[in-house]
Amino acid sequence: MSHDGRVLVRVEKLKKHFPITRGFLISRQVGAVKAVDGVSFDIHEGETLGLVGESGCGKSTTGRAILQLHKPTAGRVFFEDIDLTSLKAEELRVLRPKMQMIFQDPYSSLNPRHTVLKIVGEPMVINGYGDNHKIKERVYDLLDMVGLKRMHANRFPHEFSGGQRQRIGIARALALNPRFIVCDEPISALDVSIQAQVVNLLEDLQKELGLTYLFIAHDLSMVRHISHRVAVMYLGKVVELADRQTLFEDPLHPYTQALISAVPVPDPKIERQRIQIILEGEVPSPANPPSGCVFSTRCPLVKDICSQVEPEYREARPDHYVSCHLVDSDLGSSKIIS
Amino acid sequence: MSTQPTSTILDVRNLTTRFNTLDGIVHAVNGVSFTLDEGETLAVVGESGCGKSVTMLSILQMIPQPPGKITDGQALFFDGLATRDLLALSKSDIRHVRGREIGIIFQDPLTSLNPVLTIGLQISESLVEHMGLSENQAHKRTVELLDMVGMPDAQKRYNNYPHQFSGGMRQRVMIAIAIACLPKILIADEPTTALDVTVQAQIVDLVSKLRDELGVAVIWITHDLGVVAGIADRVMVMYGGQVVERALVDELYEHPQHPYTNGLLGALPKLYESESRRLVSIEGTPPDLYIEPKHCQFAYRCTFAFERCWEEIPQLFEVGKRHKVACFYDIENGRPRHVP
Repeated sequence: MSHDGRVLVRVEKLKKHFPITRGFLISRQVGAVKAVDGVSFDIHEGETLGLVGESGCGKSTTGRAILQLHKPTAGRVFFEDIDLTSLKAEELRVLRPKMQMIFQDPYSSLNPRHTVLKIVGEPMVINGYGDNHKIKERVYDLLDMVGLKRMHANRFPHEFSGGQRQRIGIARALALNPRFIVCDEPISALDVSIQAQVVNLLEDLQKELGLTYLFIAHDLSMVRHISHRVAVMYLGKVVELADRQTLFEDPLHPYTQALISAVPVPDPKIERQRIQIILEGEVPSPANPPSGCVFSTRCPLVKDICSQVEPEYREARPDHYVSCHLVDSDLGSSKIIS
Repeated sequence: MSTQPTSTILDVRNLTTRFNTLDGIVHAVNGVSFTLDEGETLAVVGESGCGKSVTMLSILQMIPQPPGKITDGQALFFDGLATRDLLALSKSDIRHVRGREIGIIFQDPLTSLNPVLTIGLQISESLVEHMGLSENQAHKRTVELLDMVGMPDAQKRYNNYPHQFSGGMRQRVMIAIAIACLPKILIADEPTTALDVTVQAQIVDLVSKLRDELGVAVIWITHDLGVVAGIADRVMVMYGGQVVERALVDELYEHPQHPYTNGLLGALPKLYESESRRLVSIEGTPPDLYIEPKHCQFAYRCTFAFERCWEEIPQLFEVGKRHKVACFYDIENGRPRHVP
């Protein structure tokens, strides 16, 4: 699995703040929801970068801001060394076919009044792929590729199950031969036995077509399974990023440790013996994040400095990024369970 | 964790529930039987539409009738003194069982709580109704209950409305309501599905603590085999409205006997697995519940299915100590079983 591929997507200090406004006719901004607050990472060609975190941590917003579906408040996003944030809408449109998205909810992301042929064919119509006949042929090929039958082309979304709908969404994303796909929780709405089908399909397609994925999810075991590297987000910030093995076996940030520990293991013997880290409280509001380290309000190892100074996001080990004051400091260990 | 079986408090036999809809009859629950012992935790596992929730709602007569109809079965509830068939109770009698003898926690705490009443009122309501407490006593007890479920600042929070709480806190309120009258059975219907993992861990921890403190038997409905491993004594796997396998938790994870259970366990990526392997997927989709089951419901997706599987419905069959499976094929030895 290629970790050494060249950088396809580079995200630099990306921020996305949503304004909070008051007033009816004359509205004024009274604050901002800091959904994404300065995240940086690279995605290499042919790899899957997993992006995990709890609801409201900004992982979906990050995915959308990379594709410029949300205009970033600050920061830059490079795709094939082109700065997407500086492009005009027209220039961006030329690049769009190369970056696509698979959505979480296969029920609301497909137009109920369109047939599968129209849904999957639409990106090709918009981008002038060819005449109707050519588009139809391509749709058939795509349906084959995602494991649907050609006769499905004339059916409507409601005739399909959740897993099949997600396959339609994948076919649509593949229509224009993209290089990069943002998968925004593509399996969260599916049953366990169906999740495995979709994940296997995504893995096969990656091998076949050399795709690069940003895989957004909250299911850590699935992220570990599919990703080459994993970034952990908390309250709008990436708190840790490392390759899969390192992140799960030697997590440095206390939040990553707690998150991994909170995942129940489907094995009663392990589950009874292991010591679980149970965090107190819940994620603070991104409209009013705590000062200093964003995790300081829930961190079991919190020190004075944590609530005062924001920790720097740095490369603590080779290719292992973390933002925590305690890592390699004389304040004490960053491990909750040593 | 595992409690020694003492006495059975719930014995469900051949429960069958149908829904008459415009499109036809939905065969939601097809002859489900199980027992629940005092103080034990039974996990009911299955995918959406397998009938796990409808089974529990039927027992409490909580499915809307019509369109729903319980066409067959018994749910015998032993409260130490007498045995009652919950399905045969009158509306007013079953109301004394709900909340008083059997508490229930729902999946979505936001839609299950009344948005225009304070949470204090919603908890104390059942105390006044079922336990005959005065309003003052109920208020005091409610604050104790809120404390018990880990609500910080319980006294103040009594007067808050549901929208003022986060998802995890709302679920704590739901739990307080469910345990208010110290029920014998607590049914938890996917209580953590809508929550984040770190909050899920808090809730699972809380329910296990309460179970041990109050000695309540828990029926935990879930689709997450991970949660089950930590909390359950016994597991019951459902598919297409039927129980396909039932076993002690260790036995089920080590020796799954039904191809569906086996497939489900294979479909899960393991967090502590260093080598990445291809996930075992169960091809196909869940059964169409509009069709009356006449053979094994899993046969459509089963790689081991042979003639008999398409001819009759397999019944639960003893394959080990407290381990039953409804399958004609012996996956461990790779040949059909001798099932009567």
